[in-house]
Amino acid sequence: MIWVNEKPQPFRRGMTLAELASAIDPGADIFIVNGHPVSATTALQVGDHCWVWRRGRVPSAAEMGQLLHARHTPGVQERLQASAVGIMGLGGLGSLVAVALARMGIGALLLADYDVVEPTNLNRQYYFLEQIGQKKVTALCETLGRVNPHVAVTCLDKRLVEEDIAKEFTGVDALVECFDDPAMKAASLRAVLRDLSGVYYVCSSGVAGYGDNALIRTRRLYPGVYLVGDEESAAAPGQGLMAARVGIAAHQQANQVVRLLLAAEKEDERG
Amino acid sequence: MRIVCNGMEREVAGGTLLADFIRQLGLELETVVAECDGRILKREEYETHELHEGSRVELIRFVGGG
Repeated sequence: MIWVNEKPQPFRRGMTLAELASAIDPGADIFIVNGHPVSATTALQVGDHCWVWRRGRVPSAAEMGQLLHARHTPGVQERLQASAVGIMGLGGLGSLVAVALARMGIGALLLADYDVVEPTNLNRQYYFLEQIGQKKVTALCETLGRVNPHVAVTCLDKRLVEEDIAKEFTGVDALVECFDDPAMKAASLRAVLRDLSGVYYVCSSGVAGYGDNALIRTRRLYPGVYLVGDEESAAAPGQGLMAARVGIAAHQQANQVVRLLLAAEKEDERG
Repeated sequence: MRIVCNGMEREVAGGTLLADFIRQLGLELETVVAECDGRILKREEYETHELHEGSRVELIRFVGGG
């Protein structure tokens, strides 16, 4: 038995990648065996894990689902693919949450930010040099398309106020608060608690600096409502936002969304 | 009079408004979500909501950066 593109195939002594390519994709020009790039004429051995790939090819939705399924436990993939997540703020937290969820195969993302990519964003936000000057919603949407084109991404180029929150995010399964402004963080939690009871919510407070990793915690505020951060480290001169610590918080947020969508928290039935 | 805030007993003057109580804690009103006796208050209520003996208050304070 060998594995080709995550699928088992019967093994025959002397079989090569070139042969496999002719059956799978005659245009394939990338060959990987057990993690190493090799030539097409390489002979295979029992137990080899191979990839036969054409450079630049975009996998179909079904194939993408299969690839994710190969990594995630059964049932996980179907749940994530059936879910929609809103992300408010696409800065240091939001851009990373979006990429993590897209990689894991979330079904849909509703992304909101009014801001533009600036050079000082690059120390932590998931943008690239050539995207400076672009709207964050546009730049991030493009990046997500390169990571997983089968996520349905909707962009909201809008400066949100408290009254918008319930209206704009009524259709999502989970909402992630990644704002910079503490007044909007409070306003948004208030709006969710008062008017959006059917939606899981993961907010943030205190992610600046390079303090102790262990102080970034995920705390349950209400059923289905969680807060991530150390609740103290405000962004300030001498305590800036930095990629590593912001990244810890962002991935705690993303993982908490996954836990809620997969009903991992027993006491969190909402709505 | 005695109230409970985030699980801790506190002594406040009779008739204290929620907004004043929050300010006394050194917090900025805009950054705080307040639940009083099980109800999430609208922002405009902070300046009119009067605390009473035994009021149960839960405050969640946000800091900036993201």
